[in-house]
Amino acid sequence: MTERKNYTFVLVGIIAALTIAMLISVFASSFPDGLEKVAENLGFIGNSREIVPESFFLIPDYTFRAVGSELWQVSLAGMSGVLIILAFFGIIYLIYKAVNKKR
Amino acid sequence: MHIPDGFVDLKTAVFTGVISAGSLAAAIYKVKRYFKTKVIALMGVMSALIFALQMINFSIPGGTSGHLLGGALAAIILGPHAGAIVIAVVLIVQAFVFMDGGVTALGANIFNMAIIGVYGSYFIFWLIRKISKSKVNFFISTAVASWLSVIAASFFAALELGISGTYAMGVTLKAMVLVHMIIGIGEAIITVAVIVFINKVRPDLILTGEGSFE
Repeated sequence: MTERKNYTFVLVGIIAALTIAMLISVFASSFPDGLEKVAENLGFIGNSREIVPESFFLIPDYTFRAVGSELWQVSLAGMSGVLIILAFFGIIYLIYKAVNKKR
Repeated sequence: MHIPDGFVDLKTAVFTGVISAGSLAAAIYKVKRYFKTKVIALMGVMSALIFALQMINFSIPGGTSGHLLGGALAAIILGPHAGAIVIAVVLIVQAFVFMDGGVTALGANIFNMAIIGVYGSYFIFWLIRKISKSKVNFFISTAVASWLSVIAASFFAALELGISGTYAMGVTLKAMVLVHMIIGIGEAIITVAVIVFINKVRPDLILTGEGSFE
């Protein structure tokens, strides 16, 4: 019973994260954020440097470049981020389970 | 509030990097004591959810936007140690996959949002919770802690920019704190909404045990 209840919150949480990252994200404000605005107003936004070349990043600026549509670029970027994070914790989960079985 | 590359100098990057790495190592050590499959699953879901919520920039007056940082949300649900790890994972993925927040500024960003944002907000939450264990005070503590966590993070971001010589410290501090006093209201609204919801459907998921009242 508790096992099943735990599956429910994981499933609901993942659906919520995907919905927010894929659907609501396209309505996000494109205004500069607080730090960017302060940097613009005070005139040090130009200090920003590309130390690591843009080609190093899989999805720079939340833009999934493989597709043309701007909406899909954001949606797929959001989906990728959610899945990468879930995969990371998924691997930790599996390692933890494997290690604890051996004991 | 993700600091890009070029805004913090080498000494600030190294200093914040060392503090962040040390704090995270300590957090991992602490979390391992109560590591269970349920904790790992909830950390993963919270991390994915906070990443998604961070994508949602909301407009505030003056042609500016803000988005959730999630420090208080993670701290109150998972406790500060697991919360700090969860926010750090979000920041690391953003820096290395999405070019959001500089790679050299990662230490500073983790310090501001995952260390100050999580431990700072949990401390404030804990302080206000001492007044009363009532349900109303639970939500008041949540609101105040999340609002102050954004201001505290912006204060430290400004401090790092000042120390780096990017811009005059006093002016940067004032400008950053002022704008984040408004952005923090959005943080408080979203954090309280999510916690009210979780408290209603699955209070047992608030691992800090704060979801049960006297």
